[in-house]
Amino acid sequence: MEQPESIFSGDRRQFIKKVLKGTIGGSLLLVLPAGAGNLEVPEQITGIRNRPWELSEQNFAFIVDITRCIGCGSCCVADKREFNVPDGHYRTWVERYLKDFDDAVYVDSPKGGLDGYQKPRTDIKKKIRDTFFVPKLCNMCQEPSCVQVCPVGATYRSPDGFVLVDSDRCVGCAYCIQACPYSARFLHPVTRTAEKCTWCYHRVRRGLLPACVSVCPTGARKFGDLNDPESEVTQILKGPGVITVLKKEMGNWPALYYKGLRREVV
Amino acid sequence: MEAAHGGASYLISNYVFPNDLHVHWSMMIVLYPYLSGLVDGAFIVAALYYVFGVKSLKPIARFSLIFALSFLFCVGLPVMLHLGRPERNLNMLVTPSPSSAMAGGGYLFMVTLTVLLLLILFLYRAFLVTKQHESKGLKRLFYQVLTFGSDNVSEEALALDKKVIKFLAALGIPVATIFHGYVGFLFGGVKANPSWSTPLMPVIFLFSACVSGISGIILAYIVIKRIRKAPIDTACVRTLINTLFGFFILAFSFEMLEVFSHHYLRSGYHHMVQGLLNGPLFTSFWIWQVGICSFGPLLILGWLCLFRVKDSAFVIGSAVVSFILLLQVLFMRWNVIIGGQLMSKSARGYTEFHPEWFDKEGIIAVLVVMAVPFILLFILSRIFPLWVEEKNET
Repeated sequence: MEQPESIFSGDRRQFIKKVLKGTIGGSLLLVLPAGAGNLEVPEQITGIRNRPWELSEQNFAFIVDITRCIGCGSCCVADKREFNVPDGHYRTWVERYLKDFDDAVYVDSPKGGLDGYQKPRTDIKKKIRDTFFVPKLCNMCQEPSCVQVCPVGATYRSPDGFVLVDSDRCVGCAYCIQACPYSARFLHPVTRTAEKCTWCYHRVRRGLLPACVSVCPTGARKFGDLNDPESEVTQILKGPGVITVLKKEMGNWPALYYKGLRREVV
Repeated sequence: MEAAHGGASYLISNYVFPNDLHVHWSMMIVLYPYLSGLVDGAFIVAALYYVFGVKSLKPIARFSLIFALSFLFCVGLPVMLHLGRPERNLNMLVTPSPSSAMAGGGYLFMVTLTVLLLLILFLYRAFLVTKQHESKGLKRLFYQVLTFGSDNVSEEALALDKKVIKFLAALGIPVATIFHGYVGFLFGGVKANPSWSTPLMPVIFLFSACVSGISGIILAYIVIKRIRKAPIDTACVRTLINTLFGFFILAFSFEMLEVFSHHYLRSGYHHMVQGLLNGPLFTSFWIWQVGICSFGPLLILGWLCLFRVKDSAFVIGSAVVSFILLLQVLFMRWNVIIGGQLMSKSARGYTEFHPEWFDKEGIIAVLVVMAVPFILLFILSRIFPLWVEEKNET
């Protein structure tokens, strides 16, 4: 009886050549840019690219529209991926507010809203009158308490309006964490330095929207240039909608605005 | 049920901001003001003798300074254990941010240390010169450094020393006051925390520092003398107890004034502070700090100061009341620092704090940090004898 011919028994040399070609070719694809220029993301904040970044002339604003947030948690996921945020710490989070007919307010934010609010709360027996979601992040204050208290100047407000942390200088004393009225900061468990939301400064400098803004499916998070009279944020702030900031009485003058914010929100 | 703008309903959900679940300033930051307070109080005792001429305090004047120095050396220890990046601690001196209250800490510490060290070296100069003459080799060099290379112990030189001592002790009062007032201000200056942000905070810290320092001196004096089976100068202890009574009345009054002000003003965050004191802090604040450790000492101090008490009973009463007051101040620091952080900035809930045993800021570390000053005190007592009077008596 004739034995079936094995695929290896034919031309071993040819087979090894093919495997080598495939391996080398595949590896090169990973290393070479392979036309990265074609994959470049188009400019999302107009007028950033192809002009010098004058630090003192920038004026950005972040607006959260409460009436649009659906609590999907996409922003939290995007943020966690963008910065590899360790579990249990939050650069941004989404709160869920419920209000019963006696005006009692119930708030929660399990895992900072990372998994999205897919199921209703079952622990409240009262009939709920109203519910809404409130995304939180760094308020990018014009008079930031964190900057004031940092003993070594590791936290600073850049002339372009961004409050940032120099992790190479931070001593990890956590005074800024105590001082932030919004609890937007945490101590990174690996670097042991203070961290917080930067409004994706690295993306903004490249004309890209912050990660959370770019993934928001309902446009609840908006970011833009106030120097541009046509930008959406300028239009909203000029418009008739109710605009406010969190904890105004703190006197920190946040550059994070809330549209349609409810009085229950702290 | 109250409406949403009412107090109780804020707490229904017990909502804590996700980043507030962790208590960032834990036991080491409780120890930091506790140690610096002991320094401050002990220095006040010495100043009463060297500046204000309270003669009855002579037996413990030198001891108070060495006690203060051994604790001052250790003030930085809990801070270093607390810092996320302790290796960068010198950044506070090299690149201080002038807007930060904390940035002044390193400089204030150094000024306080310099004044205290100089004061001690001038005070012991004559003794150190004698030791220098008695010793040889490295030991002689060591004493030579401590005496600034001057072995002039003529009457004029000693008279000048006395003037310098008085000046340094007088300078030490504002220095020690600013050093500990600054520690209180670190908390009082945090507007985001309603239980901290009160101008009373530095005042409360200062008076409680005096209470803890004087108590520490009394207790250590009595215990050391008992161990050495040496006589206890009761006139000295009586003066200390009278001083302690005065400072404690002030400290306790200000502590209660702060609570009363919150309660009476009923401002936005009042319900949160009230809920904190009556909730998570009920045992440590009302029962321990106020009940057992404040009303108890007030009764004992009243008995000791206002009635004729026999010397032996007076000494026992003094030791007991000093011990309780040392606890009182520790509870006060705990309730302010840990307690203040239990309250989330959401104004809707409280987190929990569970001390760990083996963490770098854990219970074992606390015990070690508290033991180090006593070891230092022992070592320093080999160089600077604590009880010059004892030798003269015998």
